[in-house]
Amino acid sequence: MIKRILARIASPVDGWLLFFTLIIFSVSMVLLFSASNQSTEKLVNKSTFLAIGLIAMWVVANISPQTLGRLALPGYILGMCLLIAVAGFGDIVNGARRWLNLGITRIQPSELMKIAVPLVLAWFFSLYEANIKARHYFAAAIMIAMPAILVLKQPDLGTALLISAAGFYILFFAGLSWRIIGLLALIGAIGIYIVMDWDRCTQLFHDFQCRRIEVLKNPMDDPLGAGYHTIQGTIAIGSGGVFGKGWLKGTQTHLDFIPERTTDFIFAVYSEEFGLMGNLVLLILYLLVIGRAFIITSSASTLFGRLLAGSITLTLSTYVFVNMGMVSGILPIVGVPLPLMSYGGTSMLSIMICIGLLMSIQRHRKLMKS
Amino acid sequence: MKLRTELRNREREQYDFQWRLLAALLFVITLFCTLVARFVYLQVIEHQHYQTMAETNRISLVPIPPSRGIITDRNGVVLAHNYSAYTLEITPSKLENIESTINALSEIVEITAKDRRRFKKLADESKDFESLPIRTRLTEVEIAKFAAQSFRFPGVEIKARLFRHYPMGQSASHLIGYIGRINDKDLDTLEQDGRLPNYKGTNHMGKFGLEQSYEAYLHGKTGYEEVETDAGGRAIRSLRQVPATAGNNLRLTIDIQLQQLAEKAFGDNKGALIAIDPATGGVLALVSRPGFDPNLFVDGIDPQSWKELNESPDRPLNNRAIQGTYAPGSTFKPFMAMVALETGKRTAQQGMHDPGFFVLGTHRWNDDKRGGHGWVNMYQSIVQSCDTYYYQLAMDLGIDNISRYMAQFGFGQKSGIDLPGEKIGVLPSQDWKRRAFRKPEAGKWFVGDTISIGIGQGFNTYTPMQLAHATSILANNGVIFRPHLVGFIEDSATGTQTKVEPKPIAQLPFKPANFDIVKAAMVGVNKEGTAARVFRNSEYVSAGKTGTAQVFSLKGEKYNASRISKQLHDNAWFIAFAPAEKPKIALALIVENGGFGAQAAAPIAKIVMDYYLLGKQPTEVVQIHPGSNNAEPQTDGEEVLVD
Repeated sequence: MIKRILARIASPVDGWLLFFTLIIFSVSMVLLFSASNQSTEKLVNKSTFLAIGLIAMWVVANISPQTLGRLALPGYILGMCLLIAVAGFGDIVNGARRWLNLGITRIQPSELMKIAVPLVLAWFFSLYEANIKARHYFAAAIMIAMPAILVLKQPDLGTALLISAAGFYILFFAGLSWRIIGLLALIGAIGIYIVMDWDRCTQLFHDFQCRRIEVLKNPMDDPLGAGYHTIQGTIAIGSGGVFGKGWLKGTQTHLDFIPERTTDFIFAVYSEEFGLMGNLVLLILYLLVIGRAFIITSSASTLFGRLLAGSITLTLSTYVFVNMGMVSGILPIVGVPLPLMSYGGTSMLSIMICIGLLMSIQRHRKLMKS
Repeated sequence: MKLRTELRNREREQYDFQWRLLAALLFVITLFCTLVARFVYLQVIEHQHYQTMAETNRISLVPIPPSRGIITDRNGVVLAHNYSAYTLEITPSKLENIESTINALSEIVEITAKDRRRFKKLADESKDFESLPIRTRLTEVEIAKFAAQSFRFPGVEIKARLFRHYPMGQSASHLIGYIGRINDKDLDTLEQDGRLPNYKGTNHMGKFGLEQSYEAYLHGKTGYEEVETDAGGRAIRSLRQVPATAGNNLRLTIDIQLQQLAEKAFGDNKGALIAIDPATGGVLALVSRPGFDPNLFVDGIDPQSWKELNESPDRPLNNRAIQGTYAPGSTFKPFMAMVALETGKRTAQQGMHDPGFFVLGTHRWNDDKRGGHGWVNMYQSIVQSCDTYYYQLAMDLGIDNISRYMAQFGFGQKSGIDLPGEKIGVLPSQDWKRRAFRKPEAGKWFVGDTISIGIGQGFNTYTPMQLAHATSILANNGVIFRPHLVGFIEDSATGTQTKVEPKPIAQLPFKPANFDIVKAAMVGVNKEGTAARVFRNSEYVSAGKTGTAQVFSLKGEKYNASRISKQLHDNAWFIAFAPAEKPKIALALIVENGGFGAQAAAPIAKIVMDYYLLGKQPTEVVQIHPGSNNAEPQTDGEEVLVD
């Protein structure tokens, strides 16, 4: 009886994926102990987030891709409604209108869109499987642009880019012509050229967004303001050296120089205390998760599964790259948490749902083979 | 056939997908290699550099807060400045028992019960790691005493800080405003505007009045000092200094002597006065009585004083000049006359017979003069303040005309004065009433509603600021300046002065002849009309209009000041400008519950104008007798006709 229950619980779970995930989580707990100045409260909270995340993962893993496909459009429409509501009467926190107060709790609908956009696009393309035309890509681009523009207006450039990226990955896997990809890359390059110059940048974006790019070039211009995060992040990483200063021994961390050190900047703490070796280990752990995701993508049986799994795989990689890139001073500061490592319930939940989606696709690959 | 192509497509798609997946894998590996390269660069190649930086992150940046800009009146008299003083400060997070520490401290330096209360309030509002003052303005003896025993008090330090001081005390407090400690809400706003870095090391910011509205100019730019510290965080030596840039100074258009004279003239009465230079829009005096001492707020106000100020029925913290809204009473009439001329509903000569009341349906509106004014034209209607003329006029004009034209004089709108929190009052219109009343039948506009608006009663309420602004526009023949208190902003570093409001913002498209008619009638008010007694023997020609506005409606009763409580006495109004031919000053003032405008308000206007135009100090102490019943005619009243 108990065996059967255990078997039922274990059946949708992909062992490897869960295993690597839990290893990264364990590393993050050890690190959080140091980063939070040994706060047991944060450790308990983070464990709670994981527990909730695991349940969400399991529930999602049980849902068949067909059902996921049916939920895609309603989910997307709900997300759009919430985003419009935010634009209308959302709460302003730290200068941006991102939160929607539902009375009991506040939610950030842009987080929901990070999942809803790839989901709806994967569903959309699977409707026209083997018969995808240019106009379908065009329609998909509009479906990406609508939420992205709303989020950009909040203003939250980071999340807008991540939503667009998640959507774009679907287009890529759905067979978007290489010529258009080349063209987009060119536009991207021109965009980078524009934002690298202060005067050109301020014509298009908010001053504070341009300042983040400006300080990348020379953080010492504004050491107390916009440059502070970048300076302290690079100092922490650089001073860590090859082997790190040792657990609980990071001076940058414990003398309070690193801002947001349990959330967005937790990687600076890690890197300072565990050094280059630690970084390589962490990168390999992420590569294992991502590699497993690639395998799931590759063996997915339906177009829907392939597209969704592919997008999730690349999105996870992007998060890791963008977070580590901004902490180490090669990317501007955008609020992107490091998957599984950063402290925070929303981020943990959305990552675990993504993993649940991968598991669902993996589990149902045979059942759906036509 | 179709099925086969689809199958072929499907296969091709699958094949293509695997290639794309491989490309994606390469992409991810590239990204990760970039990261590894960056890590190698930071952690191996540049390790030594960052190692030193981390060690000298012991080089800490100590912010140097800028000195706040100084506020002076038009003649350079200082209204707000800074002084340096020593404070005794406690960092709560470094202490185990705050109470016993304070007790021990009180044996060395004097700490009053008020200091304790204030500290407690501050501690409740602040974060634990902030350093909070328990005592300010330490004497040298106290500093020496504490220094000798400071080893007993970890977490308690003496700090030199700049303090804001308002030498005028209660005077002009509503316009100067005050600074207060930055709270969580302020922090949010600062962060939103991206100004937070510039407030590192600063504990105070403008919270009220000009201190608030010109915060961005007054604050200055924070500098910083690179200080080398030892492992424990103690400063060893200074490496580099980027000095702070002091905030810019404000030179006001206010004449503080005029201001103080006007404040004194109010005596113990509540009320407000605004005097404007019509040729520039510069505010010469802005009075709101009673006042308060802004110095109380600077170090954090103690709960008891706060309670007294906040809960006083006289509402001293309210800036009545821009936040009090009142029915304008008869001071509305000159503007009604302008509307009448501009719409062509009346000519100056056109007259009517006033029987002493106006009847519409079953309603009867009484004139202030029993038996009526007899034959009145426009001039007489203003000079004698005839109500019936305006009852009839209001009905002839209709509410749409009234609200459209009055809006052009700035009624029901912000004047745009450079103070925060300006109220707009109510300029009644059909649209306004529909929105103000929830029930559709109650929100319908009745002709009867229009009648009392003609004499400045009924639904309309305006701020004294709006009346002063409108009077200034009238005095200026329709040229509109935005009223402003700051004449120019002086850059503290270069000394360059930037004018705040150099140009007029609009010009009313009214006929100059019409302005002349109304202004002539207002001259008549001070020469032979309701305010003649106050202005006789005046050395300049002035124009004015009295007003006595009901605070509440007397249903069928005669107004008798001695029988109703002071708060329900009529509000006394006066608007004026002088010299009439080329106005240098335009003003509006209200004495709350002062009774008759001519008696309670007009004398204050005379004092202000005498001083401003002639430099004359008032010869005798002005005594205002509110509510005596022999000077001006009876108040305006509406009563239901019982037949």
